[in-house]
Order: sequence, then structure tokens, then C-alpha cells
Amino acid sequence: MNKNNLILYSGILIFGLAAPFLFPAFKVQLSILCVLIVLATTWNIQGGEMGYNSFGNILFYGLGMYLCASVQVGMFFPLAEWTESGGEKTFVHTPTQFFQGMAAGLLVAAIVPTIVAGLIGYSILGLRGHYFAICTLGLGVAAGEISGGIEIIGAGQGFTTPPFPDVGSLEARGEFFYFLSFFTLILTFIAVRSIYSTRFKLILNAIRDNEDKAEAMGIETMKYKIIGWMISAFFCGLAGGIMGGLVGYIDSTDVAFDGREMGVFMVLMAILGGKGTLWGPIIGATIFHIFKEGFWTFFLGWQYVALGVLIVVIVIYFPEGIMGWLREKYPERFGEVVDEKDRKAQVELK
Amino acid sequence: MDFLVFQYPMITVQACLDGILLGVLFALIAYGMALQWGVMNIINIAQGDLVILGGYIAYFMYLYGIHPAWGVIVAPVIMYFVGIAIYKLVINKVVDRDLFISILATFGISILFMQLMNFAFGADVVLANSGYGTTMLFDSNVVLPNSKIFSAFISILFAACLVIYMKKSKLGRAIRATAQNARAAKILGVDTEKVYAATFGINAALCGVAGALISITFTIHPYMGLPYTIRSFMIVIVAGLGNLPGVAMSGMGLGVFEEFADYILGTEFRIGSVFLLLVLILVYRRFKLSRKREYLK
Repeated sequence: MNKNNLILYSGILIFGLAAPFLFPAFKVQLSILCVLIVLATTWNIQGGEMGYNSFGNILFYGLGMYLCASVQVGMFFPLAEWTESGGEKTFVHTPTQFFQGMAAGLLVAAIVPTIVAGLIGYSILGLRGHYFAICTLGLGVAAGEISGGIEIIGAGQGFTTPPFPDVGSLEARGEFFYFLSFFTLILTFIAVRSIYSTRFKLILNAIRDNEDKAEAMGIETMKYKIIGWMISAFFCGLAGGIMGGLVGYIDSTDVAFDGREMGVFMVLMAILGGKGTLWGPIIGATIFHIFKEGFWTFFLGWQYVALGVLIVVIVIYFPEGIMGWLREKYPERFGEVVDEKDRKAQVELK
Repeated sequence: MDFLVFQYPMITVQACLDGILLGVLFALIAYGMALQWGVMNIINIAQGDLVILGGYIAYFMYLYGIHPAWGVIVAPVIMYFVGIAIYKLVINKVVDRDLFISILATFGISILFMQLMNFAFGADVVLANSGYGTTMLFDSNVVLPNSKIFSAFISILFAACLVIYMKKSKLGRAIRATAQNARAAKILGVDTEKVYAATFGINAALCGVAGALISITFTIHPYMGLPYTIRSFMIVIVAGLGNLPGVAMSGMGLGVFEEFADYILGTEFRIGSVFLLLVLILVYRRFKLSRKREYLK
């Protein structure tokens, strides 16, 4: 790690740690931003690096959300009675119970989606191109529809996650969820960054560029594809668990398996920032979130119209994203060797 | 097994007939999707939303006192121009790009349409009452609404007209030539840009017909588009591109499957079972293809 990087990372870390105290009014927004960055970064592992454009990562996100809340409730109280009472607070978690439940819930929310990804990976990842995209889209919607019919997790009427216990301070809830999501973000970033500096990333890129050739070179592509998907699922589940606690209410199609919103957001953010880069999804998610929160209120009611237009515009006019654009403009910064003569010749050609 | 379907054979007959009549409609939508998929190599996620839009055209005629069955003629005309407009604005920019780009772009159109329809027509579930009455079969054990029979008949009529049009007319021949080899067609003087626009327009018009029929026989709602897209996609991959009898058969099969899923699993799992079936079909297809690949090795 060179000196510039060290300054950059420590700057971000200090900013991240100080942010809830600097902008106390934006704690929830900052936590959502962290979750969005996690989702975009992990989508990028298959979407950008592996070339498998998935609409189905929402499956792991929603699964994590339901699992975390169910474990948190089910550890101490009967789950069926909890959901039946709906928003009524028949049972109250003590602070210890709440935090124990949250820790266990997040653990389950991270591990179970990973296992699910591993189990379905062999069948689903054998599909190529648009078949994979549509299949994962179907998976996400199917999960939403089916979980909307299961009674024990609230069916159509939704599931209230345990309210944050009274620990004396009013700010505690926001700070707790902010730091939880921020540390998840750091964990994700470190994990993804270390993955991207190994041979594993090169294998993923080889799969993206030409899967048959990669297989012919002796790489067990299926194994690496499944591992890549499992890594995504791990962090998506974790992000879902945190988001469930943050929102406080889980609905099958509008919050958990929300393919129309979160499922598209993660794809859009990664493409906006530039897929196949480490920083692209992070920049994309930040810009997208600022845009969304800044302008959504002006478009009140029209936000989905704006979203539809935004998707079309980004996809048609900006498919390479911000990082791709920067890369074209300043190739030296990205470590690409540029021949001065070559560039001049290209300028003349234009 | 104490399901109602197995205890009373008449319910089985009812479900089969309902499913077949429903499946004809699905096949019509799937035919449009197969057409544009084959010609332009685009999977249109907004297909279902075009269907719903066609349905609202018929519904509005019904509101203004015109019999909704006339929507079968009005909706395709309007939808043809809507389709051309979508092509000119968005699709012609993604037609020769990566498939994922076109999927995402049409997904954007789908969200846009969904929400615009929600604003324009409200979020209520509506249907246009045709007042056709019902037909009783087997000692009135099986009840078939005449509107369903009417819709199946009209679907078959439109599909037959389109098949003849594709075989005989100049544009139809140009479309088929472009589907076979766009580059060669261009060299031989076919204006492929025009062909693409016409294909998308015809697809939208077919969706309009299907939508008008759906508004008569079933219900429409702004957010019901995506299941229709998924159904037509599923029918096309099961039948294969350019296999018209296959499209009709698998459409009817899907209709029957849905009716039975409705009886056995319950209505709340109906849409979920459609999406799950899609995943299962794709996975089955993947294993079948991989076995073929191993055999070649």
C-alpha cells in the first residue's frame, strides 16, 4: 500500500467514524448509503467481474432480512404469536436480548444465503447470458410471491422487526445501526479488495471474457463461479439483515424481495459507477443515493417514472459508467501504458 | 390426496378448459415476443406492460359506452404507433448492443409504463364487462364464460392473419429475411431499420389485441405486467423460436398448469408458481444442454 492510498483510506475511515456526530440528522441516510454501497460492490463481483448479470441478488438480501428478524424474535418469543399480533407490542426485548438476538440473527442472515447460493449455484450458474438474467429475475420475484403466502413470517400483512430497546439515549438507535452498517461496509471493502488482488479475480475476468476458453485452459470455471456467487450472497444477506432492523418493518414484495426497487438499484449503481472496477460501484452508489434523496422529494409520486427514465438514459448513453469514462480520458492513471505516438495518431484520425 | 380437483372430475374438466382458453391468449403474446426475439434479438421486459396498456384502451372504450369488444380493433392500431414510438426513442439505440443492455433498457421502460399507467388509470383492479353471458356444459357442471371463448377465437383469428401476412406480403418476407440474416438482407436492399420498427410495432399491436381480450375476460391492474412477460418468455424458450405449433401447445400447457396450481396450491401462490416454473424450466434446459455437450466431448 503506497502513501497516497494510506492517506485516502485513513481519511475515509476518519470521516466515516465522525460522520454520525458531524451530521446527526442524516444518520439513517448514511446507514442506507453504506448498505447500498455493500449491495453495489457485491453485485459487481458477478455482474462486473464475472460477466453474469444477475437480477437475483435481491433473493439473498430478502432472505437475510427475514432470517435476521425471525431469529431475533424466535430466540426469545414464539414467532407465530409475534407475527399474529402485528404491530402490537405484546413482547418486549430487553437490551441484552435485543443485541444477542441481533448478533445471532446477522450470523444466520449471512450464512444461510451463502449456503443457498452454493446449493442453487450449480444449476443456475450453468445458464448463460440472458437466460441467466431472466432466470435470476424470476427467482427474485418467485421468492417475493412465495414469502408473501407464508403465514409464520407475516404473509401479506408484513412482519414488524423488534423495536430498538430503551438504553437511555435517543440517539443510540441511529448510531447503533450506522456503525453496524459502516463496519459491514469496511468488512466488505477489505474482503473485495483482497479478492481483487489475487488470482481469483483474474479467473473471474477470464470467465467474463471467454468462458469456454477459460475452461479449455484448465480452470474449473463452475467452482469459481459458485464461490463468487457465494461471496456476494454472504454480504447481501448481511446487508439485508441490517436493513430489516433499520427499516423496522418487513413486507414481502415492497421491502424484502423488492426487485422493482432495490434489485434494480444495485445493478444501476454498479453500472452508473462503472462495472468491473473496485471504486466504480462505491462512487455510483454515492451519487445515486444523493440524487435519489435530493430529487425524490421533488418528484413526489413520480419517483418511479424518474427511475424508469434514469435507467433508460444511463443504459443507453452511459453504459461504461463514470470509471469507464475516466479510464478513457486518463488511461495513465489506471496503469495503462499509452504510446504517445499512438494517441496522436488517434487524435489525427478523429 | 383430499384436493377438490381429484375428488370431483368435473373440476378437472373445468380447469383444463379454462386453462386452454387462457393459454391461447398467452400464446398470442408469446408469438409477438418470439417475433421480435427472432428478428431483433431483443428480449422485451416491457411486453407485459404493453399488454396491460392495450387492456386499458379497451377499458376506456367501455367506460365511454362503447362495447369493449371493439377494443380488439382499436387497441392494436393505437399500440402499433406506441410500439413504433418506443422503437424510435429507445430500442433502435440498443438493438445491436449487448443483450443485457437491452434487457435493462426495456426493464426501465417497463417501470416507466407501470407507473404512468398507475397515475393515469389508478391502482384499482378493473375489468370491462362484455355482457356475453356464460355457457353451461355437462349438466351445468362446467361453466364457461362466453367472453373466454370469444377471446380464444379472436386470438386464433389474429394469429392466423399474421401468419398469412408474414408468408404472403412484401413486408412479411422482408421481416423473415432479416430474421435469417440481417446483414445479407441489408445487402439485398431490405431497409432493416424499417423492418425492425415494423416488427416492434406488430409486436405491440399483438400485445394490444391480447390486452383488450384480457380486459374483457379477466382483470387488469397497472402492476400485472411482469407475469405476462415471464409467461411469454417461458413459452418461447419451451417452444423454440419460429416454432408456431410449439408456441400454441406450450401456451395451452402453461394455461392448464396455472389453473391446476390455482386449485391445488391456492390463489396466493399462482404468480409465484409461474415464476418458479420458469426457474425449473431453465434449470432443466441447462442440464439437458450440458449433457449434450458432454456427449459431444
